[in-house]
Amino acid sequence: MSKIQIPLGPQHPALKEPENFALVLDGEMIVDATVNIGYNHRGVEKALENRNYIQDIYLIERICGICSHSHVSCYINAVEEIAKVDVPQRAKAIRTIVGELERIHSHLLWLGVAAFELGYDTLFMYTWRDREQVLDCLELLTGNRVNYGINTIGGVRRDITKEQADEILKKIKYLHERTSYYVGVVTEEPTFLARTQNVGKLPKNVALELNAVGPTARASGIEIDVRKDNPYFIYDQLDFKVITYNSEDVFGRAVVRVLEIIESIKMIEQILKNLPEGPVSVKVGWKIGPGEAVSRYEAPRGEDIHYVKANGTEYPERVKVRAPTLANFQSLPYCLKNGYLADAIITIAAIDPCMSCTDRAIVYDIKKGKKEVFDWEELRKYSIEFYRRKGIKFS
Amino acid sequence: MMDAIMPVIYIAIFPGFLFLAIYSTLIQWIDRKLTAVMHNRVGPPIYQPIADFIKLISKEVIIPDNADVLMFKSLPYIAIASILVVILMVPVYSNDAIIKFSGDLIVVIYLLTIPTVTFFLAGWSSTSPYSTIGSMRVMTQLFGYEVPLFLSVAGPCILAGSWSVSDIAKYFTEHPSMILVNIPSFIAALLASQGKLERVPFDAPHAKNEVVGGQFTEYSGRPLAMFLLSIDIEMVVLASLINAIFLGGVFNFTGMIGFLLFLIKTTFVCLIFILFKVAMARVRVDQVVKFSWKYLVPLSIFQILLNLYIKLK
Repeated sequence: MSKIQIPLGPQHPALKEPENFALVLDGEMIVDATVNIGYNHRGVEKALENRNYIQDIYLIERICGICSHSHVSCYINAVEEIAKVDVPQRAKAIRTIVGELERIHSHLLWLGVAAFELGYDTLFMYTWRDREQVLDCLELLTGNRVNYGINTIGGVRRDITKEQADEILKKIKYLHERTSYYVGVVTEEPTFLARTQNVGKLPKNVALELNAVGPTARASGIEIDVRKDNPYFIYDQLDFKVITYNSEDVFGRAVVRVLEIIESIKMIEQILKNLPEGPVSVKVGWKIGPGEAVSRYEAPRGEDIHYVKANGTEYPERVKVRAPTLANFQSLPYCLKNGYLADAIITIAAIDPCMSCTDRAIVYDIKKGKKEVFDWEELRKYSIEFYRRKGIKFS
Repeated sequence: MMDAIMPVIYIAIFPGFLFLAIYSTLIQWIDRKLTAVMHNRVGPPIYQPIADFIKLISKEVIIPDNADVLMFKSLPYIAIASILVVILMVPVYSNDAIIKFSGDLIVVIYLLTIPTVTFFLAGWSSTSPYSTIGSMRVMTQLFGYEVPLFLSVAGPCILAGSWSVSDIAKYFTEHPSMILVNIPSFIAALLASQGKLERVPFDAPHAKNEVVGGQFTEYSGRPLAMFLLSIDIEMVVLASLINAIFLGGVFNFTGMIGFLLFLIKTTFVCLIFILFKVAMARVRVDQVVKFSWKYLVPLSIFQILLNLYIKLK
């Protein structure tokens, strides 16, 4: 049987976002894998430089639909560090609550997607039904289901009332029950175990070498978590465990995520039971800097890094986003190699890829070895030209 | 005159094509509705399978350039035809099947293999990477479940002392307690049929997340509708075969009551198929083969030994 190359994406039923994985197959075995990214580039970083700090919040929120709060929090931490703002404790607590609710929502969504990739539709339907509860919580708190718009420079835009806190505690309790059931499903269902154990192996030393982050790294037994290593918001006052698992495979990643949901639920209960009093925001001027800051944030998918350079005007000079998926993509070819084609999908899904977070603006011509960075006008011109060449005319 | 028309009626109307088409779409609806209810969804209305079928029929047929046109178009009809022949040898409204001779069970089993072979050929002749991999999986899976299916029906045959489906059904009607003795091979047959029907957990050949449409990736319009219909009909036929071999067919009843009993019992078997589908995730194709040979084959062989002991006692 000769080797065949099959393209997984950019258009493929298993991928929710366009990205290409070129798999070289020998029968059902994958002998080589390449990850090609860049189908989802939107020029966000460049656009950020043309907007002021407040407007940037709304654009950054739209980098990713699922970890929208993570990106904004990461950016705001950096900006507040440059502006030397002392954020009220209550605002920090509310940011933490939204952050943890977002983690629950993201992990439940992942569990559903992973189940769907394994053809386990029942679990998929169940988890997405229960995910509605956490989305309801977020809607109650912020007014929106996904792009919350709760952060602002210097604090948050909405306070939590007593009734809201009680309602959230009630829903969280139900979620705790359901999650305990999912822990049982994930660790006991024989077909789920058969498909996830010893699949997509990523040994600890390789994970360290290839810079894996988040649940992917924690499932390989590496204890990294920005919330513990470099606490922001009020994580230093909370009592929580960093979940790790030593199986180094997809099964471990599932277990880590499900147990993290339970940790998040415990954290939210802790915060809501003794919420600090005081104002929820302080005033910050339009002009920020000069100065620069790097901020780290533990997004549901792993460590998110934002770099902000301010030059004393109301526009940032440079904002750089390193999404967790980009870090995890490095380890993906290793996980895919020597696996079955049938397992490729779940292996890719196991890092919880978020392509739209990942794609950034650099054109790299391999043949000429030339690297180009576009400015906003050129990028616009290039994109119009690109589509015109494909025969799409903008009227 | 009547003698000349009857074979046509048997094949075209009852219990042949028309009856099976209607009954299988009903079973498909039950399948989809119950799955939805167990998933906590609403599910489709009762006319949905027929609407889907009509929609597919009216769609354009696209044939890949490299495909063999004649084979590509004729394969779905071969699949349906071979299944339609099977229903004539399986008891429907009485325990005497329409066609009955000693050894018809072997013919039935072989006829049931033909659809699988057409699935393989369909994928292979489409020449797209996804369908090629899909058809390779169809073949690999065939080696997994086919032997357990053969072995599991061998147990009841030994008890009944006959290779005829009708005779086995009659034997169980006379000795109803033996139905309980044959539960191990009944389970093996149910799981093997799940593999034959390519349903979860054994739906790797057309796993949509991995190989898009599997062996049917390039199929569209009428041929696809016929293939999907043939799979639905195959489910009903397999259910009625399992009913005849393991559950005593329609017992001593004939006519209307026998027919009603047939409907109830085949629906019951289909319900078990649905339960399997809802409760499990999809397993890999190598795991299908491993599972079949590790668990289903020993289970069936145990049944054969047990039945030999009972027979010789």
